Amino acid sequence: MNISNVKKVILVLSLTASYAAVAADAAISDSDRIEQYREMISDGNPADFDEMRGEELWKKPGGPKNVSLEKCNLGKGPGVVKGAYAELPRYFKDTKKVQDLESRLLTCMTTLQGIPEADITAKPFASEKKASDISSLATYVVGQSKGIKMAVSLKHPKEKEAYEIGKRIFNYRAGPYDFACSTCHATSDVRIRMQDLPNFHVQKDAQAAFTSWPAYRVSQGLTRSFQWRLNDCFRQQRFPEPKFASEVTVDLTMFLAVSANGAEYAGPGLKR
Amino acid sequence: MNAKQFVGIAVTVCLATATVSAQAGSKEEKMLDAKAAAIIKSDFRDKGIAKADRVNQDELQAACSKYLDDVPVDLKIKLEDEQAKHIKWPADGNLMGDWKAGEKLAQSGRGMTWSDKAEDPAGGNCYNCHQLSSKEIAYGTIGPSLLNYGKKHGTPEKAQRRAYGRIYNAKAYAACANMPRFGHMGILSEAQIKDLVALLVDPESPVNK
Ligand code: HEC
Ligand code: HEC
Repeated sequence: MNISNVKKVILVLSLTASYAAVAADAAISDSDRIEQYREMISDGNPADFDEMRGEELWKKPGGPKNVSLEKCNLGKGPGVVKGAYAELPRYFKDTKKVQDLESRLLTCMTTLQGIPEADITAKPFASEKKASDISSLATYVVGQSKGIKMAVSLKHPKEKEAYEIGKRIFNYRAGPYDFACSTCHATSDVRIRMQDLPNFHVQKDAQAAFTSWPAYRVSQGLTRSFQWRLNDCFRQQRFPEPKFASEVTVDLTMFLAVSANGAEYAGPGLKR
Repeated sequence: MNAKQFVGIAVTVCLATATVSAQAGSKEEKMLDAKAAAIIKSDFRDKGIAKADRVNQDELQAACSKYLDDVPVDLKIKLEDEQAKHIKWPADGNLMGDWKAGEKLAQSGRGMTWSDKAEDPAGGNCYNCHQLSSKEIAYGTIGPSLLNYGKKHGTPEKAQRRAYGRIYNAKAYAACANMPRFGHMGILSEAQIKDLVALLVDPESPVNK
């Protein structure tokens, strides 16, 4: 990112406060407002900072074993980052599991670098006080798939199974409000307050939603990973918390990612 | 066979396939259902007030999930009757509260998430899904517009009863409705539901202005 982009990013950050004021009384939808931000920062997104941080973390020796992640196999061979995200989740022979990006990074950080799993999963998401290494790494990796067509495979029986289970989780109603993902994401052109909701049964909606995450959230001033997105939707669903990188989250991601196949990956995105 | 008949057959075939997959008939489908259930049981944990046992389904939730909200009509009637049986109507027969308190409740989107505290009162979340007052433009559209509710549903008594029943338990009227069961699940109290009935039915409420 060059200096002029950094300036633009700072401009956007300073506008965050006034953004909240606009939100309070404007009749325009959130998607319109985000479009205005996009134009304003054209080729710079505050997520770029996170991407750079992630790249450094990827290349720098770290963890108890003091090795970098450059031998991490994200599915296209050890160290291959380019285009890897466009094919995730996928089945991995070494773990005998279908894994999404974040669960795979977790595998690499624990096996290659020797970092205890609990150290990563205890606080996997960034806060105002502390950045998250695994989220920054994810932001770096996804950036290397920008412009590449999503091509998530269902060839392996375990991949097909993850998709089928993900579909069931999507429709699973429970909790004090009887909500499922489908309560909010299976009808077209509906919104909650002013927030437009994607209908994941419609390919165009699923593509736009999936390919724009991870994303920098203007309202939070943080770059958020896809695991975070699912976590927060389960919160809104009044569910208990899904364990980080657990099968429930991976299978659901598989279902959503396959629904987005064929579209160019466009993240890291920018959201309200 | 003419074009119309062909379309007819095609539609029937499509419907038949849809039913089969929704009914989870085959051995493979049953295996997938069982695996999904096991994963859901194991992969959630307590956080704040949202305990892990919230993923356990009651009969209605299980049926709506299984049939993708399109349950066979005989089961639908059975489920609705069961829900209706448990509606607690106010003992004093008065269904109306204070529409101003109702408007506040309708505006509040909080309640029951793991970031809410046990002592924080739950709101109604009504504007998340419904248009109510003509003055509030930031309303959601998952539910129907409730603008002019009082004027649309006959005598005040009829409209009050209709509103109270549906807020208490929308599933008594449409088994797989996307609206929470505010009374049945203990989200809102009887007094709060009365305030919301007033918001919908009172001629002075902004809903009816
Ligand atoms: C009670 C409503 C509700 C439920 C239930 C819900 N979501 Fe969401 N979802 C939202 C809202 C509102 C947004 C818009 C995000 C925002 O701006 O905060 C959203 C956004 C998303 C997005 C990002 C879309 C985009 O274009 O940025 C994804 C992906 C998503 N939800 C997936 C899910 C999944 C999977 C589930 C089930 C685990 C789920 N949601 C359950 C309300 C819900
Ligand atoms: C998550 C979405 C959601 C929320 C939150 C919600 N509703 Fe609803 N509501 C619906 C839907 C969907 C329907 C239509 C039900 C059906 O399928 O028949 C509905 C129907 C209704 C009806 C019946 C309309 C009629 O024809 O008589 C009333 C009354 C109502 N809602 C009031 C409320 C009030 C008051 C609140 C807040 C306490 C509320 N709703 C919260 C989604 C919602």
